[in-house]
Amino acid sequence: MSSQPDRMPQQAPSETPGQPSTDVSGRAASGPTGEAPVVVAPYELSVNGVVRRVVGAWVGDSLLNVLRDDLGLLGTKGACEQGECGSCSVLLDGSVVCSCCVLAVDAVGAEVTTVEGLTPPGGLSDIQQALVAAGGVQCGFCTPGFVVAIHDLLSTRPDATELDVREALSGNLCRCTGYGRIIEAVRTVQREREAADG
Amino acid sequence: MSVAWPTRLDEAVDAAAATPGATLLAGGTDLAVEVNAGRRRPVAVVALRRVRELGEVQITPAEVVLGAGMTFSAIAAELAAAVPALAAAARTVGSPQIRNAGTVGGNIATASPAGDTLPVLAALDASVELSSTAGTRTVPLRELITGVKCTAIRPGEVLVRVRVPPARGAQQFLKVGTRNAMVIALASAALVVDEERRTVACGLGSVGPVPVRPVEAEAFIAGEIDWGRLTVPEAAVARFAELVAGAARPITDHRATAEYRRHAVAVLAGRALRRSIDVISA
Repeated sequence: MSSQPDRMPQQAPSETPGQPSTDVSGRAASGPTGEAPVVVAPYELSVNGVVRRVVGAWVGDSLLNVLRDDLGLLGTKGACEQGECGSCSVLLDGSVVCSCCVLAVDAVGAEVTTVEGLTPPGGLSDIQQALVAAGGVQCGFCTPGFVVAIHDLLSTRPDATELDVREALSGNLCRCTGYGRIIEAVRTVQREREAADG
Repeated sequence: MSVAWPTRLDEAVDAAAATPGATLLAGGTDLAVEVNAGRRRPVAVVALRRVRELGEVQITPAEVVLGAGMTFSAIAAELAAAVPALAAAARTVGSPQIRNAGTVGGNIATASPAGDTLPVLAALDASVELSSTAGTRTVPLRELITGVKCTAIRPGEVLVRVRVPPARGAQQFLKVGTRNAMVIALASAALVVDEERRTVACGLGSVGPVPVRPVEAEAFIAGEIDWGRLTVPEAAVARFAELVAGAARPITDHRATAEYRRHAVAVLAGRALRRSIDVISA
């Protein structure tokens, strides 16, 4: 799936078995009734503290598509395109959301933070470092989403219990690690931060 | 104008009227999935997230009034004491990412048979306030949701508020799926006990095109409860569950069989009752 261009849809989910799967997603294609997609007037998004101008986007473009294809921020990954896997997690006004489920035009006026915005220049954050050290990064595709979700959890609940951690990360799927090493990395960051504060 | 970003309700209503065919956008968690898959192609959007009135909540002894734009996260955090079953249902929706974006108004307007707040709102006899340039009307939820993903919301109407009458007593929401997180309910049950009116209301989800109220089961169990002691005989719980199973109208699809759903929803309703009222073996 990851070898496909981002705007190619995956198989239509099986929620509506009566409908054929379709390839009309994306701004270049025409709609179900043949009309041309509506290009919205240029608008601005504030991403990682920088105001970025979006030109030529379709009204239905997801924030994920605009971040990757228009703004060149490739850290945020696209996979399920239906809010199930968490690999596209970003912060919208400080709350973790799936950027595939946010229309980009609805992020106007909000502050968007991607994994790039959570990564110190030339290095790794303590969360990223702990994921590497614990073996919580294997194929790595889910990692940016986990970094964002873990950042959100530890900024709001630094003393989260293991159950809290598991619940907070329940919307992020990892098919490599079995989650144990990811949880371990979170616990490590909690211990390190507590020791640094103490 | 292909996108409007109103901040006040009157602006939202005007924008909805000014752009026939505009898609009203709440949290986007249902709409974006349809758009990403190519099943829907909005030509204009009225983005409702900034409308202040839609995010407000009022909790009074007479009523709880939720702004339609309240996210599931906000409901779980703010309504755990006032409307416990609704908060419990909100907490089971999707993942933190989805709960931070998805709203109660969106859940109602999408009207999925598996919408987690819908059986709760049905059991609570909630009603919904809709505004358009023609005025405001209030519609009971049971009349608003007319079929699978079908509602009586008219073009140009904005879903503004959800009105929940008070009920003093235990409330439960239980849901079955293949995981705790990120799961579309295979069956769900809400139970609302009102000790003052001496009623038990039950809402069933994912076992019919619209939320099901098993009225025969409700009337039966209300008559079996010792309302002074808040106890109920064991045998009555079993009969209640049977009547619930009989009221369900499930279908078989790729997620579960009708037989399983009917069985599961009866177990859930019986369990919700046991958690609300002391069961005695006499």
